[in-house]
Amino acid sequence: MSEAQGFHQQDYQRPELVCPAGTPAALRAAVDAGADAVYCGLQNETNARNFPGLNFTVPEVEQSIAYAHARNAKLLLAVNTFPPAGKFAMWRDAIDGAAKLGVDAAIVADMGVADYAARNYPELRLHLSVQAGASSPEAIRFYCEQFGVKRVVLPRMLTVAEIAELHRQIPCEIEAFIFGNIGMMAEGRCSLSSYVTGASTNMDGVCSPAADVHYEEDAARNLTTRLGEYVIDCFSGGESAGYPTICKGRYLCGVQSDPYYAFEEPVSLNLSALLPDLMRAGVTALKIEGRQRSRAYVKSVVGAFRKAVDDIMAGREAAFASLLALTEGRRETEGAFPSKRWR
Amino acid sequence: MLAPPPAGRPASPLKKLLENAPSVLLAPVPLALLQPMFTRIATHVAQARPELFNRLGPHAGKRFLIDPTDLPFVLVLTPLPDRPLLTAHRRHERPAHVAAIAGTFFNLLDMIDGSLDGDALFFSRDLQVSGDTEAVVALRNALDDFEGSALDSVVASFGPLSGPAGLALSVVRSVRGR
Repeated sequence: MSEAQGFHQQDYQRPELVCPAGTPAALRAAVDAGADAVYCGLQNETNARNFPGLNFTVPEVEQSIAYAHARNAKLLLAVNTFPPAGKFAMWRDAIDGAAKLGVDAAIVADMGVADYAARNYPELRLHLSVQAGASSPEAIRFYCEQFGVKRVVLPRMLTVAEIAELHRQIPCEIEAFIFGNIGMMAEGRCSLSSYVTGASTNMDGVCSPAADVHYEEDAARNLTTRLGEYVIDCFSGGESAGYPTICKGRYLCGVQSDPYYAFEEPVSLNLSALLPDLMRAGVTALKIEGRQRSRAYVKSVVGAFRKAVDDIMAGREAAFASLLALTEGRRETEGAFPSKRWR
Repeated sequence: MLAPPPAGRPASPLKKLLENAPSVLLAPVPLALLQPMFTRIATHVAQARPELFNRLGPHAGKRFLIDPTDLPFVLVLTPLPDRPLLTAHRRHERPAHVAAIAGTFFNLLDMIDGSLDGDALFFSRDLQVSGDTEAVVALRNALDDFEGSALDSVVASFGPLSGPAGLALSVVRSVRGR
């Protein structure tokens, strides 16, 4: 963004680029592509991307911390799901491990987990996950005061203007999503998947478990996506597809004659054009979604945003490589960030 | 490279020739002649990265049909930690499997090699998945944890043949990418 357009280098501090990793190879790709911090999860229900074959063992976290720290990058551990009654031990073990291994921060959502971490490991830096759904100054201040939370990851439902206002009212850093999957606008409170599969992101770390997803493609290349016993979308031959989640499904409803996206459309968030605005609004960290994606995705997206942030900080116009090929449904949106009327 | 060339973009004659070359050249080749190469690929990956099998968990012994849609045969991968199998079959044989992954040879190759994103290929409908989706996701994630280029690693394992094989592959890929 040029100075002629009203943005000046001194208007903002250099933001931290927070990048996803589902495997150690992806973590190394993120660090090598210029991530300031990489977030990852353990191979269990304690994180919101509990997918088969994904995530880190404890030794892998340890090795990855060494790799990241040797290159001046941080490792953040997502412990950001909600323990069901009687299963708290798994979350406690995750926090114990995070503290013992020396992660740079634990990303938590549940108040019990936050409380356990704050009481037992006061030196462990806590970030409040987007899954906590804290979007008001009152809610965020509560987490800061009670558990010493140092950063809040904001739900993707606030405008940039609201983020700027929030920044003036809270005592912690702000992390905002800038790219990737965008789902229901009540993050941490969506249980749609539970009604069909019995599992949800909140408590099981997985929305639409792969075991419940079935794809059928006919000779004309029409693709039917089923979740459990329900058809949640049909894509005609050549039509771009999306993730098999209920919130992105197309349904026959009484108000429309054809199936339509009743909740959300398959589309990815891309705030490339809003980066200077976010930085001026007081956002400390820019977050890229996609721990479930490949190292090819990580390398491309992190590299693109690394260059853009560096360009902005240097007072240059940020030239963006197109990331459209990596977006869900091959479509991108700025969501609620410019205004609440994004559909 | 992020995604395959968009459909409808005219391909150069050389590019088209190279894209069709594997299919044309391999059509008359008896699969028995190719099988030792596939066995070596499976064995090499298992030896180079044995921890990949940990990521597969309960899906390690399952049979995955890998269908390069532009080649005259399909592959069946059975990622057993001690004895991984990668076998070639003619398409009409319809080998038994629990999950299938289909796409063009180079798209599958680039996805396995860590230079194309599997979700993006699925979104653009350049990758088809059927059967046991959980097993496919586990396999995709396991293969994606390969450090560096899996393809370069496999090619290097072919000893004296690795030089010419690697050169031929890089030429084909660079022309294809234009």
